[in-house]
Amino acid sequence: MADITRQQIGSLLAKQGILIAFVAFLIGFTIANPKFLTPDNVLSVIRSSAILGVMALGVTFVVISGNLDLSVGSMMSFSTIVVLDLHDKIGPALAIPAMFAMTLALGALIGFLVGYLKLNSLIVTLGMLSAIHGLTLTYSGGKNMDIADKEGTWFSVFGQGTALGLPIPILMFVAVAALLGLILSRTSFGRKVYAVGGNGTAATFSGIPRARTVFMCYLISATCVATAGLIQASRSLGSQNTVGQGLELEVLAAVILGGASLLGGSGTIFKTVIGVLILGFIQNGLLLIGLQFYVQFIVTWVIIILAVWLDIAAKRGKLMSPIA
Amino acid sequence: MTDAKPVLRLENIVKTFPGVRALDGVSFSVMPGEVHALMGENGAGKSTLMKVLGGIHQPDGGTIFMGDDAVVMSGPLEAKAKGIVFIHQELSLAEELSVAENIYLGELPTKSLGRVDWTRLADQTNAILQKLNVGFDANTRVGDLSIANQQMVEIARALTVDAKAVIFDEPTASLTDSEKVVLFDVIADLQATNVGIIYISHRMEEIFKITDRITVLRDGQYQGTVETADSTEESVTQMMIGRTLDLSRNASHHALGEVALEVRGLSCSKHYQDVSFEVRRGEVVGFYGLVGAGRTEIAETLFGLRDPSAGQILLDGEEVRINSPADAIARGISLVPEDRKGQGLVLGMNCRDNMTLPQIDTLKAGPFVAQGAEMEIFDKYHKQLDIRTPGWKQQVGNLSGGNQQKIVIGKWLSMHPKVLIVDEPTRGIDVGSKSEIHKLLRALAAQGYAVMVISSEMPEVLHVSDRIVAMYSGRVMRTFTSEDVTEDNLIQAISGMTSEQVA
Ligand SMILES: Nc1ncnc2c1ncn2[C@@H]1O[C@H](COP(=O)(O)OP(=O)(O)OP(=O)(O)O)[C@@H](O)[C@H]1O
Ligand SMILES: [Mg+2]
Repeated sequence: MADITRQQIGSLLAKQGILIAFVAFLIGFTIANPKFLTPDNVLSVIRSSAILGVMALGVTFVVISGNLDLSVGSMMSFSTIVVLDLHDKIGPALAIPAMFAMTLALGALIGFLVGYLKLNSLIVTLGMLSAIHGLTLTYSGGKNMDIADKEGTWFSVFGQGTALGLPIPILMFVAVAALLGLILSRTSFGRKVYAVGGNGTAATFSGIPRARTVFMCYLISATCVATAGLIQASRSLGSQNTVGQGLELEVLAAVILGGASLLGGSGTIFKTVIGVLILGFIQNGLLLIGLQFYVQFIVTWVIIILAVWLDIAAKRGKLMSPIA
Repeated sequence: MTDAKPVLRLENIVKTFPGVRALDGVSFSVMPGEVHALMGENGAGKSTLMKVLGGIHQPDGGTIFMGDDAVVMSGPLEAKAKGIVFIHQELSLAEELSVAENIYLGELPTKSLGRVDWTRLADQTNAILQKLNVGFDANTRVGDLSIANQQMVEIARALTVDAKAVIFDEPTASLTDSEKVVLFDVIADLQATNVGIIYISHRMEEIFKITDRITVLRDGQYQGTVETADSTEESVTQMMIGRTLDLSRNASHHALGEVALEVRGLSCSKHYQDVSFEVRRGEVVGFYGLVGAGRTEIAETLFGLRDPSAGQILLDGEEVRINSPADAIARGISLVPEDRKGQGLVLGMNCRDNMTLPQIDTLKAGPFVAQGAEMEIFDKYHKQLDIRTPGWKQQVGNLSGGNQQKIVIGKWLSMHPKVLIVDEPTRGIDVGSKSEIHKLLRALAAQGYAVMVISSEMPEVLHVSDRIVAMYSGRVMRTFTSEDVTEDNLIQAISGMTSEQVA
């Protein structure tokens, strides 16, 4: 009897572990600092998670298709720099579509290499991480990029505006999540992404164009990166070349926290949103209880390991097992 | 045998999965030196019972006895240490490792300082392989072997352990006749050393050839144990499915229609050469031959997975090039592939989504997938093929082997193809469903489908085909009609004798 309950607790922990840990965190933080769960703080956490969140939504597609995208951080720097530069040269109305086009071209290149040429996505996107960084520096000449007339531009609306009483970045995050959620869960394209990531050979035998599906996932990821870059540029109206550095790992952490498997074939947009929020709240909570900013890096890593462990444990139904 | 004690005894084993009572108080015992068959429909609980015995699943209730002692199999390693060897229905080998490493995984012979003794490893392995009479050696990479040969590696692994009981879960599903002979010799050897053998199979002729007793499960419940010598195929079928089968061939010779598919002088480098045949609407053409005769490769060419090096493919009299599976599907060709796990299914996806995958683009409600239409398709084949699953949401990977195969068949039937190609369609399927599928193939032909059946089971080919194309080593040796075919001349044809030699 005692044995059965222990087993049940183990399997509950394994299945819902992340949520349980999250709730425990929330309670702990709230006790440590009552400011933690105030509406103001909650809203500010979501707002500061929006950029990372939008990127994570796109990377969710890539991960479900069985691939990785480690280039999103430096690609986001690129979009930010490009849109800020073009803002003064051709005006915001043209700068935005031009920046989207350039970012999508990078996404298309990765999609071509991974999808059609079947190169390993880890290698390709790690390479792109540094290549795009180089591209950004070449583009900017290594200088920070600033908008000349910061007061007089409507461009700031994406990062600083509000509508319906909510900050625009939050609304954009919600809108992109809703749209991509529908695409992933309800359209035939979404189904193909799961099939390709779950068993590529079986997908081929079902007449599903594997290469095109993977290609499209990288285009979606690039679109999200461009959107994130837009929010980032609009919020600060000036930027360093390295603004997105390191974000690729946080994005990946959020996606895995949400429960997408790195092996492909599983995950959802809703879960990724949860993953983003968990990451955001934990990082915010650590700041509120007075830990240094850089402790986040360690904690983020611990969280990733915890998430991966629980993911595997859930699959075998217990926390420790001699077989995988 | 009456005074001997069972090597193994399972009492009142209960095991439930979410939504399924897989085992409901099953008892079962194996005597030393006995071959004990475990039979039942797809999803009856055979594999689950064996996984409980092998320590892979923990039972929710019941006891396992070895000799007089109650034992707990806490994991596969412990089961192995207690002398229980498990040859799985689904293969579990490390593809990147050599045959020898796979066989001795975890127990590699070592020299001083823990270095692996490669020479001894190779010698030991080759000795076993020789006994099994296989055509590969200890250093072959397992991933390079055919499915049948991988199965032989699993069997070889069993021979290295000092076994008290050996479980074979559908070992012959992908073996050729000659490999089966070897397997049965191995089983006889094990029997002679007083090992208890549990043998799971859906093939009646094997069961009656090699087993001593038969235990039947039905819907997770114990139906009884009988002496094989006192039973007949009918009586066992009756126990398994509660009725007997009408195995008569549906002989209704409906009128044949136009030629739907014609192949002229088709070649594909070293796989097959100069193959010609035609399939009419309303006709079932069987393809019989040994594994490696090139039949699967022909199917893959017709389905756009392989480029032919020469020859023509004609659909409805018109020459076509088929560049991809999507192409083939658009032209009305369906292929039920040979390897359900690798090629047929996305195991992590649910039953319904797997079934509708090839036509997902056409099931549209506005921009979205029409869930209603999907449910209709699933419901239809769920019923027609009698698929045992707690619901459409169940992950395919959790279904029993035979029910997985039925999902693949449903998936391709639901495409309503012009030309239906099935490659080993009833592998792992129980007798009742098998005869249903055979009837279905005949019925589809009667409705005007052109059907190609590739099978390594002679009774199956003889049973469903209007004509039979016999292949040997990449060539068509002879084409028989159902009137002029006999077992003998079919065997002659597939073992490489030309029709002149036969005549
Ligand atoms: N891991 C699992 N999770 C959920 N259900 C399972 C799992 N494993 C087996 N089942 C269910 O338990 C039942 C018995 O399955 P089992 O594999 O033992 O059947 P079987 O007799 O071996 O059938 P087959 O002849 O098709 O191999 C089936 O309904 C199956 O869907
Ligand atoms: Mg089974």
